Amino acid sequence: MSIDTTTTFRDSFSSSGKMPVAKDSAGLEERVLVRNLDFFYGESKALKSISVPLYRNKVTAFIGPSGCGKSTLLRVLNRMYELYPKQHAEGEVLFDGANILDEKQDLNLLRARIGMVFQKPTPFPMSIYDNIAFGIGLYEKLPRSELDGRVETALRRAALWSEVKDKLNSSGLSLSGGQQQRLCIARTVAVKPEVILLDEPCSALDPISTAKIEELIEELKDDYTIVIVTHNMQQAGRVSDFTAFMYLGELVEFDSTEKIFTSPGDKRTQDYITGRFG
Amino acid sequence: MTNVAMRSSAAESAAPTQSAILNKLRGRDAIFHMLTRIAALGVLLTLGGVIVSLIFGAWPALSTFGFDFLFTASWNPVTEKFGALAPIYGTLVTAIIALVIAVPIGLMVAMFLTELCPMALRRPIGIAIELLAGIPSIIYGIWGLFVFAPFLQQTLQPFLISSFSSIPVLSTLFAGPPYGIGILTAGLILAIMVLPFITSISRDVFETVPPVLKEAAYGMGCTTWEVMRNIVLPYSRVGVVGGVMLSLGRALGETMAVTFVIGNAHRISGSILAPGTTISASIANEFTEAVDLMHSSSLVALGLILFVITFIVLAIARFLLMYVERQR
Repeated sequence: MSIDTTTTFRDSFSSSGKMPVAKDSAGLEERVLVRNLDFFYGESKALKSISVPLYRNKVTAFIGPSGCGKSTLLRVLNRMYELYPKQHAEGEVLFDGANILDEKQDLNLLRARIGMVFQKPTPFPMSIYDNIAFGIGLYEKLPRSELDGRVETALRRAALWSEVKDKLNSSGLSLSGGQQQRLCIARTVAVKPEVILLDEPCSALDPISTAKIEELIEELKDDYTIVIVTHNMQQAGRVSDFTAFMYLGELVEFDSTEKIFTSPGDKRTQDYITGRFG
Repeated sequence: MTNVAMRSSAAESAAPTQSAILNKLRGRDAIFHMLTRIAALGVLLTLGGVIVSLIFGAWPALSTFGFDFLFTASWNPVTEKFGALAPIYGTLVTAIIALVIAVPIGLMVAMFLTELCPMALRRPIGIAIELLAGIPSIIYGIWGLFVFAPFLQQTLQPFLISSFSSIPVLSTLFAGPPYGIGILTAGLILAIMVLPFITSISRDVFETVPPVLKEAAYGMGCTTWEVMRNIVLPYSRVGVVGGVMLSLGRALGETMAVTFVIGNAHRISGSILAPGTTISASIANEFTEAVDLMHSSSLVALGLILFVITFIVLAIARFLLMYVERQR
């Protein structure tokens, strides 16, 4: 499996960078920049001074043993942790030059721009059509015909259209697990976010559905910045351009996926990817 | 399998004392079975007995008035003309008023408790609501008569009468004078009484919504209201309806508090400020005075009607709750 780390930067999405964005020689642009991030569950510290860039139109994978803070980091990026008391983050997460951890950050807007797909499929208790239209309707009031088009586009994008086009009015819960997960991806894509967070999106799926979702991730990165948390190292190797290895709340190593999987710089990374622990 | 059978038969023949013990235990088990069966059948028999005696007691009235009993509004012990329409009307209208007020408030309290309330306030409010359910109905009745009704007479009722006096339909619905007691007051008291049921049942079913589903909705940028309206309520709607039905059952049958504040007038008035009566209030008020056979039999017939109405409501509630269980 060859991983192309020199893909040229494609400006397929309108950027509104208020700050000059850093581009390195390979044409990488930092879409999100995490800087010195600490995270606390009450008193206990779950993330310790994490700093990591998330590059535009790249897939960044977070790997590491359970409890290392991968999912926690993801939940900081859209401030999902705010739903629960006694959890708080310190440090900076720069997105378009602004710190999203800022009190003044509008959470609804942030979550519309940074979409999330969860470990288990979470179709809403409504029809397949409404599952997609609901999210769109939160931000845009579209005439029915246009909405139909948007729903179709989203479902096509998630490679689900051919399977559901004849039963758009049946419940989202009637689909199989893999279809439900693709429905959730379609739903996330439909609101046109800029970053998509995937929290172990395939852990509840069979190999065929997993393959479909991985294929989808590959396609989606043309338009989006993608972050994926996974327990499956082969998956990280297959879908990601960059990989971050986390251990006990610390970011041990971040580099191109090729580098991490062939010649990791840290002993712990090597032990983990060769299956010696975790 | 055969191996086990052989071994157990071998054990029995080898140790007769063991089989004796087993027999003894089996005997005890049989007694236990019988006791539980009697207890369970006892409930059925009691229920059947109540139904039969209700029908038996109501028979003189029902056979005399026939189906007209259900549709006649007059209730005259002197001429022995009895009809159940006014109490049925009062029962249904007070219950509807109670639900119209209590359901939205109960749902809002439940939403606040599950989604918005700071942790420190959650328990005190939850306990307060459960205490509300624990207050005996006689206390609601006496409070309603001496405190709440005079208060309504001076504030809400004059306001309603004057506000709606020029609007066609509403002017009839809220026609004066402000008695204080009446259908509306009874409905309001019932609303307070069923509020804890609706709140605690809704809170429980709201809590069955998987957190990840709510996170998914919040993750799309939904506001709390949008999550409640589009995710939590649809997900838990059947459970909520079941809770509402149970509350309706309670509101239909509530006797003491309603008897205090409804005015006990056997008439159907267009105004909900006017006094009226309910089935249970009529029975409670008149049973001691009902010396004639036809009068007491009519009261029993009222009881039978209430039984049927409540049974239907509870059956629907049961059915809905079963449906929600099956969905899981």
